[in-house]
Amino acid sequence: MDAQTIIARRVAKELRNGDLVNLGIGIPTLVANYVASDLKVFFQSENGLIGTGPIPEQGMAHPTLTDAGGRPISALPGASTFDSAMSFGLIRGGHVDVTVLGGLQVDAQGHLANWMIPGKMVPGMGGAMDLVTGAKRVIVAMQHAAKGKSKIVDRCSLPLTSARPVNLVVTDMAVIGFPDGRATLLETAPGVGIGEVMAVTEAELIVPEKVLEMKI
Amino acid sequence: MKAVSVEEAVAMIPAGASVMVGGFMGVGTPERLLDEVTRQRKTGLSLICNDAAVPGKGVGKLFDAALVSRLTATHIGLNPKAQQQMLANQIDVNLVPQGTFVERIRAGGCGLGGVLTPTGVGTLVAEGKRQIEVDGKPFLLETALRAQFALVHAFLADYLGNLSYALTSRNFNPIMAMAADTVIVTAEHIVPVGVIAPDHVVTPAPLVDYLIMNG
Repeated sequence: MDAQTIIARRVAKELRNGDLVNLGIGIPTLVANYVASDLKVFFQSENGLIGTGPIPEQGMAHPTLTDAGGRPISALPGASTFDSAMSFGLIRGGHVDVTVLGGLQVDAQGHLANWMIPGKMVPGMGGAMDLVTGAKRVIVAMQHAAKGKSKIVDRCSLPLTSARPVNLVVTDMAVIGFPDGRATLLETAPGVGIGEVMAVTEAELIVPEKVLEMKI
Repeated sequence: MKAVSVEEAVAMIPAGASVMVGGFMGVGTPERLLDEVTRQRKTGLSLICNDAAVPGKGVGKLFDAALVSRLTATHIGLNPKAQQQMLANQIDVNLVPQGTFVERIRAGGCGLGGVLTPTGVGTLVAEGKRQIEVDGKPFLLETALRAQFALVHAFLADYLGNLSYALTSRNFNPIMAMAADTVIVTAEHIVPVGVIAPDHVVTPAPLVDYLIMNG
């Protein structure tokens, strides 16, 4: 199983019946593919839709039914549409139960940096700052390391997305939570040892007595 | 509301004007108005739009023709031309969190001086802004945003100028239709009064100054 699939499958297990969920672009988008079929989850697209459905079949796309990247999507029965003030009222107002976002860095206190690399990549924050500030639970779905460098760092060197710490980080190697405000190793991926995770993680991880195996 | 040609409408916009444009990645954008703005070469525009779309689509056309000198947006990462113009200092770009962007415009249209938002506290976005505590929680004071012109795209417009929108093309359009001195609208369909039921009117007719006639 590739890294992205491991991450997406594990994140999908965090969703509960009736949740309103907002998925960011990249790995988070894949989470929708692994939601248990008996679970009723509402997916929000921040451009003004609750009830996003799969990519429409060939020839069925409509120019006014798109995701936040402008790509055609469909709407499930029971879907609703609204303007951007309502969309971000839902996000900032704590009505979104779970948001899943990509990350560039997460630090030992759970702070996320995911919107710019000064001097290199300045795309803008889009909805990320509102999502991290306002959603009830924030889950970061990202690779544990990029180009051999740990993305779980002691302190973020990149600009923060929010002062509010995230709740959970799911990588291809581990699940990390912040129960006492400090990065804590909760689970390791099948076949990955605690020592292996520690060796590629820059931040100091608290290792509780019991570290579970990631169920994917 | 006055029905005008697209040429007449765009002729009212001076070079250097501040212009809000509805749409999200070019979805729900008044393309005919942007084509005409490009044809009449309205330079030095101060553009307020969620994103820079992509080259050749929506407000992306304004960057193709290098007509923008200031941009207030939330995300421009999918338009390499806008990125290049920003990095070459041809455009002064102000990036705003999306929820803050829409609330600033809503405030501008609703007679408010601004809004207090927790978004951006403790980040680069907070620089130079007043932080205000309410019930022990920190908020940023984000000031209202208005423009001289709002270019809006609706699904249905009736003969009076009542508007309704389709699916995800609604986005910023009804918010911007309240926050500009002059509101110019294109619609997919122009229909008789009564076709849009009162409960389904999203933007009431008195907000619309000009409706672009069918060609």
